[in-house]
Amino acid sequence: MMRADNIAIRTSGLTRYFGHKAALRGLTLDIPRGQVTALVGHNGAGKTTLIRMLLGLLPPTRGRSELLGHDSQSLTPEVRTRVGYLAEGHFLWGWMRVRDTARLQRETFPRWDQPLFDAMLKFFGVTPDARVRQISRGQRAGVSLAMTLATDPELLILDDPSMGLDPVARRALVEGLLAFARRDDRTILICTHLLDDVERLADRIAIISNGQLLVDAGLAEFRERVGGWTIDADFGAQQAAQIPGLVDSRQLRERTHLVVADPDQETVAAIQRISGTARREELTLKDAVLAYLRPSAMVGSISAALENVR
Amino acid sequence: MFEIQVTPGGNRPIYRQIIDQVRNSVATLELSVGDSLPSVRQLAEELVLNHNTVAKAYAELVREGVLESRHGRGVFVAKRRQVFSSGERKRRMDQALDVFLSEILTLGYSPEQIEEAVAKRLAKMTANQNKAEVE
Repeated sequence: MMRADNIAIRTSGLTRYFGHKAALRGLTLDIPRGQVTALVGHNGAGKTTLIRMLLGLLPPTRGRSELLGHDSQSLTPEVRTRVGYLAEGHFLWGWMRVRDTARLQRETFPRWDQPLFDAMLKFFGVTPDARVRQISRGQRAGVSLAMTLATDPELLILDDPSMGLDPVARRALVEGLLAFARRDDRTILICTHLLDDVERLADRIAIISNGQLLVDAGLAEFRERVGGWTIDADFGAQQAAQIPGLVDSRQLRERTHLVVADPDQETVAAIQRISGTARREELTLKDAVLAYLRPSAMVGSISAALENVR
Repeated sequence: MFEIQVTPGGNRPIYRQIIDQVRNSVATLELSVGDSLPSVRQLAEELVLNHNTVAKAYAELVREGVLESRHGRGVFVAKRRQVFSSGERKRRMDQALDVFLSEILTLGYSPEQIEEAVAKRLAKMTANQNKAEVE
């Protein structure tokens, strides 16, 4: 286990039902301080439900979660000022002038950083006198980010911040987040579908599917621990059962692509038995993540349990 | 000027792309012993990357003896020295050969053609290295 004070977010057995449907099932996850963790999954996989429970906006059906060492369901105003949250869609009042959007924040957050706010507006090309409804979507995302970062949070949680942004605004957002992450000991949890941005930003990746945590590992470690093979032989349920850690198989004409978690000698031998001409291939991050998210995926899950021993 | 470029979305993780390019530039003498590299922070900003990704690449290159880190002064191309055991050296050579040969063979070259091309290229590279050592 990691030491408790090195952990920004901790959940144990976190579960939430809406009626009979489980949005999140028994999620146990530690997110270390000072790192960027990307949370990846389908729409409706339970990411937003998770974030709402972390922030104490929604009670869990079972289990518990902690932010910065405090129970999510009873966060004091003081703890809340140390957490920045960027909601999906960047909500801002259209009639306000940009400079005035900061006023409320300034009153609520004791460590409000006006020079940083001004610098970020400049970075996103926003004039403080403009009305929110007049600026572009990318610029609105910039204003939202500036409003959040200028509160000087220890922990920043972002729900799909790049949604609907053009490539230029997306890049500016990534640069803004990296600059924030470089400051000492800042923690970021970001939900996103953009895996290229994940590669630039993240130290860690967590993959959630159908309300369950499938992967929780360092980004480099995840890629090393997921292996790809191409085989020329017939491949069906009988063969699949022989390969330990099989995540997904995909038939393409005469070939089959296999994705396997934590392949060891036994796995390699099993694959060789099915096809003597099996070839190992390097996977892109997208290939590896998609293998976990495909409906046919089996669960060769990867967790950080081993790594936390360090 | 020595410049690193990275592409997300490829089948090589970004920190590996950095390692490959530095190693390659040192091997082809585009970078020579004592040349300085950008700091972790500079390179991370330049390439729009998490600085831990750059730090991981540099750490690996230092471990391999390609780069050396001089405290407070930055990162430099190291004098070549042997950091691997003979078994590990052999393993790394075999691994590199496997990748290289399987790629070349799929292009349809004959063994003779490959040998000739390798010898020619090797002579050119080592000539450069000898020159650099005399200087």
